[in-house]
Amino acid sequence: MDYNTLWLILIAILYIGFFVLEGFDFGVGILLPILGKNDHERRAIINTVGPHWDGNEVWLITAGGATFAAFPQWYATLFSGFYLPLFLLLIGLILRGVAFEFRSKDDEPRWRLTWDWCIFGGSLAASFLLGVAFANLVRGVPIDANMQYVGGFFNLLNPYALLGGLSTVVVFMLHGAIYLSMKTTDVLMDRARQTAQRLWIASVVVLLVFLVASYFSTDMLSRLGVDPGVVPLTGMIAVLAVGYFIRTNRMGWAFVMTIITISFALVTMFNILYPDVMTSSGPGPSLNIYSAASSNYTLRVMTNVALIFVPVVLIYQGWSYWVFRKRIIAKPENLTY
Amino acid sequence: MDPLILARLQFALTTVYHFFFVPLTLGLSVIIAIMETLYVRTGQDSYKRMTQFWGKLFAINFAMGVVTGIVLEFQFGMNWSGYSRFVGDIFGAPLAIEALLAFFLESTFLGIWIFGWEKLSRGLHVIAIWLVALASNISALWILIANSFMQQPVGYTQLPNGGIVMSDFSALVSNPNIWYQFPHTILAGFTTSAFFVMGISAYHLLRKNEPEIFRPSYKLAVVVGAIATVLVAVNGHSQAQHMVRTQPMKMAAAEALWNSQDPASLSLFTIGNMEERKDVFAIRIPRLLSLLAYNQLTGEVKGINDLQTEYEVKYGPGDYVPPAIVTYWAFRIMVGAGLIMIGLALYALYIVMIKANELNPLALRIFTWVIALPYFATTSGWLLTEVGRFPWVVFGLIKLNDAVSPNVSAGMIWISLIGYILVYGILILATIYLLSKYARTGLAANSNMASVDEIPSSVVSQGKGV
Repeated sequence: MDYNTLWLILIAILYIGFFVLEGFDFGVGILLPILGKNDHERRAIINTVGPHWDGNEVWLITAGGATFAAFPQWYATLFSGFYLPLFLLLIGLILRGVAFEFRSKDDEPRWRLTWDWCIFGGSLAASFLLGVAFANLVRGVPIDANMQYVGGFFNLLNPYALLGGLSTVVVFMLHGAIYLSMKTTDVLMDRARQTAQRLWIASVVVLLVFLVASYFSTDMLSRLGVDPGVVPLTGMIAVLAVGYFIRTNRMGWAFVMTIITISFALVTMFNILYPDVMTSSGPGPSLNIYSAASSNYTLRVMTNVALIFVPVVLIYQGWSYWVFRKRIIAKPENLTY
Repeated sequence: MDPLILARLQFALTTVYHFFFVPLTLGLSVIIAIMETLYVRTGQDSYKRMTQFWGKLFAINFAMGVVTGIVLEFQFGMNWSGYSRFVGDIFGAPLAIEALLAFFLESTFLGIWIFGWEKLSRGLHVIAIWLVALASNISALWILIANSFMQQPVGYTQLPNGGIVMSDFSALVSNPNIWYQFPHTILAGFTTSAFFVMGISAYHLLRKNEPEIFRPSYKLAVVVGAIATVLVAVNGHSQAQHMVRTQPMKMAAAEALWNSQDPASLSLFTIGNMEERKDVFAIRIPRLLSLLAYNQLTGEVKGINDLQTEYEVKYGPGDYVPPAIVTYWAFRIMVGAGLIMIGLALYALYIVMIKANELNPLALRIFTWVIALPYFATTSGWLLTEVGRFPWVVFGLIKLNDAVSPNVSAGMIWISLIGYILVYGILILATIYLLSKYARTGLAANSNMASVDEIPSSVVSQGKGV
């Protein structure tokens, strides 16, 4: 395996880490006004992700930085090409992040309500736009011979991409609901589980539609064949299994299943892409792991750094989840956020 | 309007804004870690409450630093795709390393620290804040390695097609420029934090609130401030001497030195004519610029006009002159603020150490007024060093025209620029509101630092909870 392939795998791992981890705190954010009927409940909901949201977001920052380091042409074409959606994504992330920290630091109801809507809106916008962006990566966008995106803004809002956005929103909400059912108590816990049940049905439907649409809108058929293989099939089985585990009230296993669904969907996506990193619908060629890449020297340096530090990060982030494994009770005098 | 100008304006605004929050994160994390270490070693509750008080302000500031930082990482690709393509082989690596080493560490452990007071042993909990302090300073190191490459490119090879690639990672990280820039930034962080802690402590000491918290805070900050203000200036001076050699046009522009002089005079005050590149009115001190540049009373300092000619020969036709009005005044504001801060910090040190009279009301009142002073220095410092590099994005290698994203229209940048201004405008008001509120109300508002209540997971059965 050469460094270029290795780095596509590493970047895929970073994006998967981001979707799996930040996915549930986006989901929690979207569910905030839905599941949290009063201030105490909303504070409890926020506190389930309080210690984790920032560390989860770093997966995105690292994925972006790694893309810049390993595939600068991909980074440049993607980020300049998807300018306005990325700008909106940033605004969503900004408002959401500040809202987590600021929300409960004042008692005034309008203050809290405003920040709650920032959490909701920011999480929703970010989830949707990420789905749109990734769908467009696979579907293909107009790129010229100089690797410049030449498609304009509305090109990015094609039906397949919008469907991708809807998929991420629904799946993140499911993922978040299951997370909440594991991290809260009493009324909130039950409400989260019931909502997860409904979201599960929506997720299966949306993902099925998205899968079929992928056959028509992307190179999935030509690159993976009619039988897409073990990975996407396992992903579909996993999302079906979510329903079983919710019904039998084994929410931990349900959560494992949504993790598998999300990760395997992304692996499938990268499989479809490989060896490209950004599909072009013309006039220029797609960017691939060689044309978009840094020099071998750079890839080698970065590999040495990554091989040491990615496991280290996994260890201490894993430990932080262990430290905060207990459920949150909706008693505000004991809540930090 | 020209997309390039809009892109530059947006980058300047977003970077300056981000750097409102960074120095406090860099320095206050260390100060809080020291306070909590004192708590762990002495067991005194006043140290714990002190840690929690400053910790709350720290968390408010930190959140703003994080969200405004993501904007910058994305902005290289979004608005400067030409630059990203050209330098990505070299510049991307320190950014990725910054995220992998530092951002993960600081974000994860700050979450652990804020939420983990009751969940971790005292020893583990204080290690968490030390890791946050270490991580934020490591993050500064890596981003400055990247920026130093822009100021003084090293460790690269030029390819036949004109592109550049990294050829020596160790050269990249040992760039001499970093070893001026990094300490300067860290010390600026300590200076900002010292004045922050001094000012807020002084506010409370004047009102005789909780002296067991604010007297030690004040004294610690005074010591940090006295050391940091002096060292940041000494180091800054070395950095300027380095810049005379490596980026002479920046220093000429910082001095409004239109024509080369030997010996070179220092301008105290200049009104210049930018188009004709000469003085309209100037108060200059003879020989002083040579002295500052070379530690001797003679020595040629190159002027703007001569460098422009030299660069046109070396790099081709074009405008190589940074906007001297910006660089000149940025430099004066930074140095002026810095000198005032040294004076104030040494005065405070004298009052506290020699006179043992930290409750001197005049001193206290002064420090409540000057909390914002370091921000003038940090902002103008960055404006000087970045604007002063004009027209280069990487000195000698790539200019602004070639760096900007060619497919991002002025209309798109107007949208993002106005969007950032609106959102950032609202957020700075909210931040100042919260910081003032918590700075003033002190520890009464501190009940939130207790942990989250919980049930042991062994009690939870079949998802019933309790």
